[in-house]
Amino acid sequence: MSKKFFNSGQHWVWLNAGAISISIIMVVGLLGLIAVRGLSHFWPAEVKTFVVTEGDSVALVMGEIHSTEDDVQAGVERKQYLIKMGNRDVYGLDFKWLDAKNIEATSVDENVIVVERREWGNLYGYLDNVVKDGVVHEGDPQALEDIVERANDLHQQIREIEKEEIGSINYELEQLRLEQRRLELDNELTNEALAELEQQRATLEQQFLEYQQELQVLYKEIKRDSAQFSTIGGEKITLTAGNIVRAFQPNQMGFGAKLGHYFSKIGEFIFDEPREANTEGGVFPAIFGTVLMVLLMSIIVTPLGVIAAVYMREYAKQGPVTRTIRIAVNNLAGVPSIVYGVFGLGFFVYFLGGSIDELFYPEVSPAPMFGTPGLIWASLTLALLTLPVVIVSTEEGLARIPKSIREGSLALGATKFETLRKTVLPMASPAMMTGLILAVARAAGEVAPLMLVGVVKLAPTLPLDGNAPFLHLERKFMHLGFHIYDVGFQSPNVEAARPLVYATALLLVLIIILLNIAAIKIRNNLREKYKSLEQ
Amino acid sequence: MTQVLAEKTIEQRLADEKISIEVEKLNLFYGQKQALHDIDMKIPEKKVTAFIGPSGCGKSTLLRCFNRMNDLVDIARVSGKINIHGNNINQPGVDVAELRRNVGMVFQKPNPFPKSIYENIAYGLRLQGINKRRVLDEVVEWALKGAALWDEVKDRLHENALGMSGGQQQRLCIARAIAVQPEVLLLDEPASALDPISTLKIEELIHELKNDYTIVIVTHNMQQAARVSDYTAFMYMGDMVEFDQTDTIFTNPSQKKTEDYITGRYG
Repeated sequence: MSKKFFNSGQHWVWLNAGAISISIIMVVGLLGLIAVRGLSHFWPAEVKTFVVTEGDSVALVMGEIHSTEDDVQAGVERKQYLIKMGNRDVYGLDFKWLDAKNIEATSVDENVIVVERREWGNLYGYLDNVVKDGVVHEGDPQALEDIVERANDLHQQIREIEKEEIGSINYELEQLRLEQRRLELDNELTNEALAELEQQRATLEQQFLEYQQELQVLYKEIKRDSAQFSTIGGEKITLTAGNIVRAFQPNQMGFGAKLGHYFSKIGEFIFDEPREANTEGGVFPAIFGTVLMVLLMSIIVTPLGVIAAVYMREYAKQGPVTRTIRIAVNNLAGVPSIVYGVFGLGFFVYFLGGSIDELFYPEVSPAPMFGTPGLIWASLTLALLTLPVVIVSTEEGLARIPKSIREGSLALGATKFETLRKTVLPMASPAMMTGLILAVARAAGEVAPLMLVGVVKLAPTLPLDGNAPFLHLERKFMHLGFHIYDVGFQSPNVEAARPLVYATALLLVLIIILLNIAAIKIRNNLREKYKSLEQ
Repeated sequence: MTQVLAEKTIEQRLADEKISIEVEKLNLFYGQKQALHDIDMKIPEKKVTAFIGPSGCGKSTLLRCFNRMNDLVDIARVSGKINIHGNNINQPGVDVAELRRNVGMVFQKPNPFPKSIYENIAYGLRLQGINKRRVLDEVVEWALKGAALWDEVKDRLHENALGMSGGQQQRLCIARAIAVQPEVLLLDEPASALDPISTLKIEELIHELKNDYTIVIVTHNMQQAARVSDYTAFMYMGDMVEFDQTDTIFTNPSQKKTEDYITGRYG
């Protein structure tokens, strides 16, 4: 029986199926874990009030149960809750461990209000009164909602003026300064040119003053309203409306309201900028930076890899030299990525970037323009890192084109180049896309080299904006992978930020999947178009 | 003695024909191995000449010398002359692409490009810089009619050529070859991968095409050679054993080897 079983090959089938199952379980488990941990963060949790006795003293603690821990010490079971109680400005800490045996009573109060603030994290407490346009409304959540909505509108306006209008004025002023310096260096700074520059500068400064005035009005407006809250311990906290992002009463919310809150939080996470040292708000600049960097990398690596592969496969004489080069290329794929980072910093940033600054932008000295980590250098470094996979898969694709097709083209009077361009390369394009898919998958997840060549934890501006030349290749940028590391390990409030780490990780995986799906779609279209002969 | 006599007769017969391809002392080496030995022959214009012989005898290799396809084989070395309409194509400085436009080739396995039927035929013309829609339309129709394919595909010119049957694909390859209007058409076992009905169609087509082109066909199938060709060359181990009118080769061969092969004693 057992001999028959082994001869039938059934054990192989089982072994393979087992291996596949374990892989699938691992992938699903990984995605499931980060999805559950990450996505549950945005769901409004119930805020509980605990009556805690420690020794003789009785204290009230209010907050969300963040996590629960069970352990057995000396045979006694011990249960602990980690409570997120917020109010960092009052307590100094966001979190507190509570021993289950010390908790006398637990209650859920409907009137509890949670306020997300621009500073100091969440506030948990009760609404005392709202001052709306000089009129005091006692404990009126509707009035609070009104003033928050108004303040958010104003905040949006202020941010637009500060970031876009004043940002662009600053950019132009900087350009004028550089222009003046350039003329000075070229000894072309005549009085007329200087007067011209001065005049432009004066216009800009005039505009700046106008915006400044507009801002002052808005700032005054945003400070008009305020609200007073009291914590469970009785401390009074007064917040101006401008300091409140949103206020909600989670214990009163129905399922629909919670769902709305959930999606508005997810929307904020994806489309907003980070607040409070990246531990609150969104990750939009990081998403933007990741995608832009991967796109630039693809634009650089594809032509380079394809040209190299075409030369090696089609033109180079096959012999020991090409064999050595091929081995070297394959081995490049195995070099640790941080080594590429070091190379990128030394060669691209300092040597290449430094030379560009010296030759073309002498006016920026002593501050570097290209001679400092930036988007272009990060893209180039990653292009170098992913070059081997593109070369290898393009070569394989070229090798798979049947000889008969090449001969058919040559026999019609095509030269080798024409055969390549009109027949071989289009037919090999799905293989190039395969290489690009692998390259994108590797580049989008890479973090270590980026830390050396262009990623920062907080970039003040996006690398793509409304100021000419629109795409600022020299700027530093944010990246989801680095964001995960930064929020998870470098932030002042690790505990509070941990769910964001999961959420960001999930987002990174989703973006890589999206980029891959896009590339796979393109490849499948190409495959359909250039169905090969053997079928 | 008999050989000299036979060559004389074929010389006399060829004297009445216009000669398209003239081969003189052609030797071909693959590395150290000699694949063709001192081939001398004259191929008449607007006639069908068939090469027969057992596998590996060098008939395809010889055919591929006529459009210098052997250039693609790194280790192949050629010496001797091949004059096509008086020009030696083996001399340095010959434009190989130009040569291949004049000497078209159809391969053993149909090898259409993974493009539409229309683009397959337009390929050679586009290479010459002809991109005018009107001209292309005309040539495509003319070539497809010439390859007896027009009626079958005229409604699906812009569908992928790989969706056609094997026989249609091979006729498409012939159409593609004649679209650039070559003088010589080389057919390398064009029907060996096809079913009998498709083979018949190809043979009828060859019969039609010889009015306009010099055709050289390599075949394994002696009946096919007997059916389609005017002249037949029998090759063995890289030697041109006998070259004569097809009737003579099949009814009254002068060489013992030829007779043995034709009567099926080996091969």
